[in-house]
Amino acid sequence: MENILKIVSIEKYYGNKSSLTKAINNISLEANKGEFVAIMGASGSGKTTLLNCISTIDKVTSGHIYVAGEDITTLKGNKLNKFRREELGFIFQDFNLLDTLTAYENIALALSIQNVNIHKIDQRIQKVAQELDIMDVLQKYPYQMSGGQKQRVASARALVTNPKLILADEPTGALDSKSAKMLLERFTHLNKNLQATILMVTHDAFTASYASRVIFIKDGKIFSEIHKGDSSRKAFFNQIIGVVTLLGGDLNDAL
Amino acid sequence: MMLFKLSLKNIQKSFKDYAIYFFTLILGVSIFYVFNAIESQTIMMDISASTYEIIKLMTQMLNGVSVFVSLVLGLLVIYASQFLIKRRNKEFGVYLTLGMSKRKISMILFFETLFIGIISLVVGLMIGVGLSQLMSLLVSNMFEANMTKFAFIFSAKAFGKTVLYFSIMYLLVMIFNTFTVNKCRLIDLLYASKKSETVKMKNPILCIVVFIISACVLGRAYYMVTGGIEAMSYSSMMLVVMAMGAFGTFFLFWSLSGLLLKIFMSLKKTYYKGLNSFTLRQASSKINTAVISMTLISLMLFVTICVLSSALSIKNSMNANITELAPVDVELSKNYNVVSDQYHNYTVAQMEDSKVPIKETMDKLDFDMNAYFTDTVDLNLYATNELTLRDSLGNYITDAEAAYPALAYDDAEMIIRLSDYNKLAKLYNLEQLTLNDNQYAIAANFEASVELHNNALATKPSITLLGKSYEPKYEKCKMGFVDIASNRTNIGLFVVPDDAVNDSIRIKNIIVANYNTDTEKGKEEIEDKLVSLDTPETESMTVLNLSTRLLIVEGSTGLGALVTFIGLYLGIIFLISSAALLALKELSESSDNKERFQMIRKLGADEKMINRALFRQIGIFFLFPLLVAIIHSIFGIKFCNYILATFGNDQMLPSIVMTAAFLIVIYGGYFIITYLCSKNIIRE
Repeated sequence: MENILKIVSIEKYYGNKSSLTKAINNISLEANKGEFVAIMGASGSGKTTLLNCISTIDKVTSGHIYVAGEDITTLKGNKLNKFRREELGFIFQDFNLLDTLTAYENIALALSIQNVNIHKIDQRIQKVAQELDIMDVLQKYPYQMSGGQKQRVASARALVTNPKLILADEPTGALDSKSAKMLLERFTHLNKNLQATILMVTHDAFTASYASRVIFIKDGKIFSEIHKGDSSRKAFFNQIIGVVTLLGGDLNDAL
Repeated sequence: MMLFKLSLKNIQKSFKDYAIYFFTLILGVSIFYVFNAIESQTIMMDISASTYEIIKLMTQMLNGVSVFVSLVLGLLVIYASQFLIKRRNKEFGVYLTLGMSKRKISMILFFETLFIGIISLVVGLMIGVGLSQLMSLLVSNMFEANMTKFAFIFSAKAFGKTVLYFSIMYLLVMIFNTFTVNKCRLIDLLYASKKSETVKMKNPILCIVVFIISACVLGRAYYMVTGGIEAMSYSSMMLVVMAMGAFGTFFLFWSLSGLLLKIFMSLKKTYYKGLNSFTLRQASSKINTAVISMTLISLMLFVTICVLSSALSIKNSMNANITELAPVDVELSKNYNVVSDQYHNYTVAQMEDSKVPIKETMDKLDFDMNAYFTDTVDLNLYATNELTLRDSLGNYITDAEAAYPALAYDDAEMIIRLSDYNKLAKLYNLEQLTLNDNQYAIAANFEASVELHNNALATKPSITLLGKSYEPKYEKCKMGFVDIASNRTNIGLFVVPDDAVNDSIRIKNIIVANYNTDTEKGKEEIEDKLVSLDTPETESMTVLNLSTRLLIVEGSTGLGALVTFIGLYLGIIFLISSAALLALKELSESSDNKERFQMIRKLGADEKMINRALFRQIGIFFLFPLLVAIIHSIFGIKFCNYILATFGNDQMLPSIVMTAAFLIVIYGGYFIITYLCSKNIIRE
C-alpha cells in the first residue's frame, strides 16, 4: 500500500538549556493511504505538538517527516505554504470558520487560494457538500449554524482540495454527543468511500474508536498502538479503554 | 502602588498597538501650540501698525477657532479611549474575577490616562516649540514682513493654554472611563470576545431604493449650490442644503455598503479569486458597522478639502488682483452737496464745505497736489432717484425680484459722465467707450451684478435722466470701476453722455492719481504725508476719504494670511482627526483580524497574498469616505468660488494641488502607518 506519512525519529524541545522540555522525544510512525489513524494522549503528552509539526505550523528540533515521499522539514517560505494548501487539510476543535463568510464562501476560499477556476469551484463544493450532508446550510453564516454543522462545513473545507492527508485536532471537542457521532460517521464514510487519509488527535476514547488504528502517546513517546482489525467498533472501544486504564492519570477523566 | 505598576505595564504593552493614538495626541498638542504661538512670533517682526491690527484680529480669531478645535480633539480623544477600553473587556473581566473592585479598575484607567496625558503633552509641546520656529518663517513670509533677526521664541501663553485645554480634555476622558467601567457586567466582559460576529445582509431592494433616494437628495443639493445658486438667497437655505448633504451621505454609505458587496458577489470570477471574497467581506463588514463614523469622517474630509483649497487660493488671487484693481497709487473722495437726513445730521458749515472741490480742500490743508501727484484725474459721480436699480432693470425686474429677493432695488444708481469715464479708463487701462446722444452703458465688475445687468440688458431697458430717455448701447456690461480696491466690488456704474447730468444731482467728487516719484521710499514719504492729513470729521468739515494702494496691499496680505492660517489650522486638525478615527477603528479590530488571518495562513495562503489582502482591505476602508468627500468637494469648491467671487478665482489650481499634497501626506501617512501596524499585529 502507498505510504502517505512517514515520521522518522523526530524530537521537539522547548525552552533553553537550564530548563529543557522534551515535548516530543523520539517518535517514529507511518500511515498508509486510506488509513484512519487516531492519536490519543493526556493533556501535555505532546499529541498536539506532533500534529503541529506534521502540519508545518511548528518546526521539529531533529528528525524528518515525509508526506507522500517529500521531506517537509526542509521546506521553507512559499514552498511551505504551497505544500500546506495543496497537500494538507485541517479540521480544528473550534471549527475556525471565518465568521464574515457564508459556509459556501468558506469552502470556496480554500479553492480560490489555489486559483481554481470558478466553475470547478462550484462543482467541487456541490459534491463535497453532498458527501457531508450540508447542502441546506451552504448559504448560512457560521453564527446561524449548529456546532455539528459548523464542524461538517470545516471538514468540507478541508476535504474540497483533495488533500493527501487530513489532520483533525480534537474535531469532536466542542460538539455534543449526537453531533459528534454524526461527524465521525461521516469521517468513516469519507475514509472508506473516498480513500481519504485521516490523522486525528483526540483524548476521547469514543471518538478514537471510529479510527482503524489508535496510537497512544505519553510524555512525548509512543506508549502503545492498537489496530481495529475486524473487530466491531464496540469491541475496539473496550480495547481502547483497556489501554487508557493502563495509562492511568488524567485520561480517565475523559471517559 | 500595585495599581500604579499595573497601569505602567499596560501602557508599555499597548504602546505598540496604539502607537497611532499616541502619535495623534502628540500631533494634536503640537499643532495646538504652534497656532496659538503665532502671536508671539510676530513680535520679532518689522511690521506696520495696520498689519499689527490684522495680527491682533487674527489672534482673536485663532483663539475662537482653538476652542472649536479643542472640542473636536476632545471628542476624538473620548471616542478613541472609549473603544480602546471596549477592546480590553477580557482584561477587566479577569481583574473583576480576582476580586478587584470597579473603583480600583477606574483607578488603573485614571493612572493610564494620566501617564498618556503627561507623555503626550511633554513630547507634543517639545515638538510644537520646535515646529513653531519653522512656523515663524512662514508667518513672516505670509505678512511679507522682514524678520529683523532670527530668535528662538517660546510662547509661555500658548504653552499654558495648551496644557490647560488638554488637561481639561484628559479630565473628561477620566470621567467617561469611570462611567464605562461602572456600567460593565462581568459576564459581558468575559465572554465579549466569544461572541461571533453576526452578519446582517441588508435587503438588496431596500438598498437600491435608499441608494437612489440618497443619490437624488445629493444631486439636488449639488444642483442647489451650483446651477441653482441664484435661488440661494437666504442663509436658512444653506442649512437645508447642509442637512440634505449630511443625510444623503449617511444613507449613501448605508446603502452602498450592502450594495457594493452584492455587485461584487455577482461578479463570480473576481469574487472567488484568491482572497478577494475574504477581503471584500472584511471591508464591507467594517463599513457596515461604522456607517455613522464613515459619514462623519467623509464630511470632515469634505470640509477639510474645501477649507484648505479656498483658504490657500484667497491669498494667491488677492495678490494677483491688486495689480489689476488698484492701478493707481491714491484715490481721494469727498461727498458733494450733503444734506441732513434721518441717518446723519450735518451742520451748515459742513454743508458749505461739501461744495468745495477736493483740490481747494487740499490747498487749504497745505498739500501741493501738483508737486506730489502725477497722472491726476478729477471726476464727479452723480445719482438720482429717477434712476434706481429697479428703474435700470426694465422688464427684467419681475424675474430679478424672484431670483434675488434681498437686493436693495430702490437705491439710486451711480452715474458718471462719458468724458470722465474715458479719462479714467485711459489711466486704468480699461476699454474706452463711445456713446451717441441717446445712449448709455454700464460698467461693473462684481460678478453677480454683472450677471444681473447682463440679463436686464438683453431686454434693452431704456432709462430716463432729467426728463430725457436713453437706450443701452451694449448688450453686456463693460468691465470697469472707479474705486481702487483689493477685490471686484463695482456693482454697477452708468456711463452717460456728458450733458445727460448736471450739478443738481452731483453727489461725489473724486481724484485719482499716482505719486510723483520713482522710488519706493519717495512713495512712502508722500503716503505718510497724506495719512497725517487724514483727519476725522469736524464741525466745519466733511470727511475727505483716502484710500491708497499701499494700504490696500497691507490690508489684503494681512487678510490673506489670516484666512490661510485659520484654513490651515482647521484643515490639518480635521484631517488628522478623521484619519486617526479610521486608523484606530482598523487597529482596534486587529485582534479579530489576527485570528482570521491566522486561519487563512493555515489554509495555505502565502504571506504575499495575505499582505495584499490586508492592504486592499485597509485601502478600501480609507478610500471609500475619501472618494465620497472628493465628489462632494467638487461641488463644494464651486460653491466656495461663488461665495468668494469678489476675491477672484483664477488661482484655484495651485491651491487644489496644495490641498492634494496635504491630503496625500497626512491621510496617506496615516494609511501607511495603519497598514504597517496591522501587518505587525497579524504576523505575531
